[in-house]
Amino acid sequence: MTVVHDNLEKTEAKMSAKGVSVFYGDKKAIDDVSIDIPTEYVTAFIGPSGCGKSTFLRTLNRMNDTIPTARVEGEIDLDGQDIYRSGMDVVQLRARVGMVFQKPNPFPKSIYDNIAYGPKIHGLAEGKDELDAIVEKSLKRAGLWEEVKDRLQDSGTALSGGQQQRLCIARAIAVDPEVILMDEPCSALDPIATAKIEELIAELSGRFAIVIVTHSMQQAARVSQRTAFFHLGKMVEYGRTSDIFTNPHEQRTQDYITGRYG
Amino acid sequence: MSPAILLFLALGLGLAGWLAARARAWTFRRDSANGRIASLPNYHAWYVALWIILPVLAFVALWSVIAPGLVGQSVLASPAAADLPDFGFQRQTILNEARAVATGAAPAVFNPQAAALVEPYREALSHYNLIGIAVTALIAFLGGTYAFLRLKPDFAARTKVERIVMAILLAASLVAILTTIGILASLVFETARFFGMVSPIDFLFGTHWGPDPMANPDNPDPTRYGAVPLFWGTLFIGAIIAMIVAIPLGLMSAIYLTQYANPTLRKWIKPTLEILAGVPTVVYGYFAALTIAPAIRDIALSLGASNPSTESALAAGLVMGVMIIPFVSSMADDSITAVPQAMRDGSLAMGATTSETIRRVLVPAALPGIVAGIMLAISRAIGETMIVVMAASTAANLSANPLDRMTTVTVQIVKMLTGEGSFDHPATLSAFALGFVLFMVTLGLNFIALSVVKRYREAYE
Ligand SMILES: Nc1ncnc2c1ncn2[C@@H]1O[C@H](COP(=O)(O)OP(=O)(O)OP(=O)(O)O)[C@@H](O)[C@H]1O
Ligand SMILES: [Mg+2]
Repeated sequence: MTVVHDNLEKTEAKMSAKGVSVFYGDKKAIDDVSIDIPTEYVTAFIGPSGCGKSTFLRTLNRMNDTIPTARVEGEIDLDGQDIYRSGMDVVQLRARVGMVFQKPNPFPKSIYDNIAYGPKIHGLAEGKDELDAIVEKSLKRAGLWEEVKDRLQDSGTALSGGQQQRLCIARAIAVDPEVILMDEPCSALDPIATAKIEELIAELSGRFAIVIVTHSMQQAARVSQRTAFFHLGKMVEYGRTSDIFTNPHEQRTQDYITGRYG
Repeated sequence: MSPAILLFLALGLGLAGWLAARARAWTFRRDSANGRIASLPNYHAWYVALWIILPVLAFVALWSVIAPGLVGQSVLASPAAADLPDFGFQRQTILNEARAVATGAAPAVFNPQAAALVEPYREALSHYNLIGIAVTALIAFLGGTYAFLRLKPDFAARTKVERIVMAILLAASLVAILTTIGILASLVFETARFFGMVSPIDFLFGTHWGPDPMANPDNPDPTRYGAVPLFWGTLFIGAIIAMIVAIPLGLMSAIYLTQYANPTLRKWIKPTLEILAGVPTVVYGYFAALTIAPAIRDIALSLGASNPSTESALAAGLVMGVMIIPFVSSMADDSITAVPQAMRDGSLAMGATTSETIRRVLVPAALPGIVAGIMLAISRAIGETMIVVMAASTAANLSANPLDRMTTVTVQIVKMLTGEGSFDHPATLSAFALGFVLFMVTLGLNFIALSVVKRYREAYE
């Protein structure tokens, strides 16, 4: 089963998965995963392609609901309350647990409207001034303000890939979530844009609970303090990032991080 | 008959060239050091074949135009032609008869004078047939040899063939464009004749329509040629009433089908909807005239309208609206489906509900396709004739009351062209002017649709 390192500081879990399994039809994609996600640290999910990282990430804000064949078993708590309980408001959940996708997916709207989208939907702003303030604050936090402040009415899709991804992050933080899920947010970006996003993650960490899926060990080592290694739908090992990389307890983890496969 | 022979000849020679070139290219390949040549043998083969077939086709096209003239001339030069009546109709009949017998299209001559010409005709025909075949063979040989001699191991046959194919494709697309220009030219010509008799001002701004095909054609009454009631009827029935029905229903069904319906339901509803587009408009016409129009009259009666007619713009417009639902819905469906899943996910992940996602992200992103579908539906509706004839009458009426009888441009085109007037009577010619206006309007609609699509596409990509 999952090897959890025993030298971890005691933290309060923002989100907590308990015995979660996910099926696509009859196929089991995630098998009995339990993990706590703290606000204090950035958590990285690593593992070979197809091992279920994205699948598990998407259960955390119930994005798997959009896939008709997907079925989730087990319990996932947000602040101690099961997000899969009946009567759970998915709209509220997703406002609290935001998501950034692998490929930047800005809406075909202006930069301003991209950021204003969430606040408008959730009624976070009273009047134009407040909305303007939210847009400015979010863009500043995402480190995009200086680049776009003179062209907020331009289409968000006209930005470069890295700018688009920061726009998507800004869009996600505009609704003031408590958790941000990022699924390989830098896989479509060049090293400079990647560095900007990593900087941004460091900036945001501590304020939001952040989970990042990545294929790059270096990135996991740079941005995260906790790492979970997934393999064939199971969570194999969980611990401090530095320990996972220098002193893994499991052979499969060792093989993966030394590049034996994946 | 003779062009067909030439074509077969060309194809045969082309095939021969194809085979020869391919064999040659294979030898290059065998002889080359690494078993590679610049282009595959098939490209060499096609290069030679096209160089044979295309010039021959050009020659055959030309020849089939000029050969009959050449034959005719040589027949006229023969001694037997000296006895022909000097001019005109009779002379032509005799010549035609002789030719028919000579080519085997008719069994025997009827006119004795023609009998003498059969033999010269036959001779001339076979003479020019021979020339045609010889020239064809010569052209094929020259083209084929030229192409064949250019074959080399490093010859870029692929690029050349692709360039030729591109030219053929270009020619194919020119056919459609030239046809459009031809249609427009003939319309413009007849329209100009009409406007020579009735001033465009009277036609475009007059409010009374009632051309009299029996009136004196030289002095038409311009006050009877005001087409405004027709334009209004077309707009009111096709672009207003029908769209009020078709746009909401079409859009809503597309949204339901793409976003809410489960796959099995979608599999049933979508084709069923599309069947609507295949129902002949006459059948819709029955439905409008026999079911909807009387029902509307009864309702109007019960609501206290005095003396409503059995034919009404409303009946035609409603049924027309139903008819074009599939145009709107299937275009909208396609363009909503084409919006990337990532957009949808992005919106849902922000905590938007399905309906917010549809309203704020999917429909705006799919707007170009939706607008294009609506424009298509409008052009289809304003070009529709049958339903209007059957349900809204042929009486021109300038009125904003949907219960009134009305008529449209297309209906009047049919009425004027099939009326009693002679062909160059202004009443008949007015059909062309109406057609011209309709053509311009449809063109304008398509133009708007395209530019809308383009603008949004620029903004969204
Ligand atoms: N919509 C789906 N329907 C059916 N099976 C799916 C679906 N999405 C993913 N799977 C399967 O679930 C398993 C885990 O997929 P997932 O996308 O979570 O992997 P991943 O770890 O994110 O891989 P990668 O690193 O390549 O993104 C895979 O075997 C995949 O084939
Ligand atoms: Mg993935």
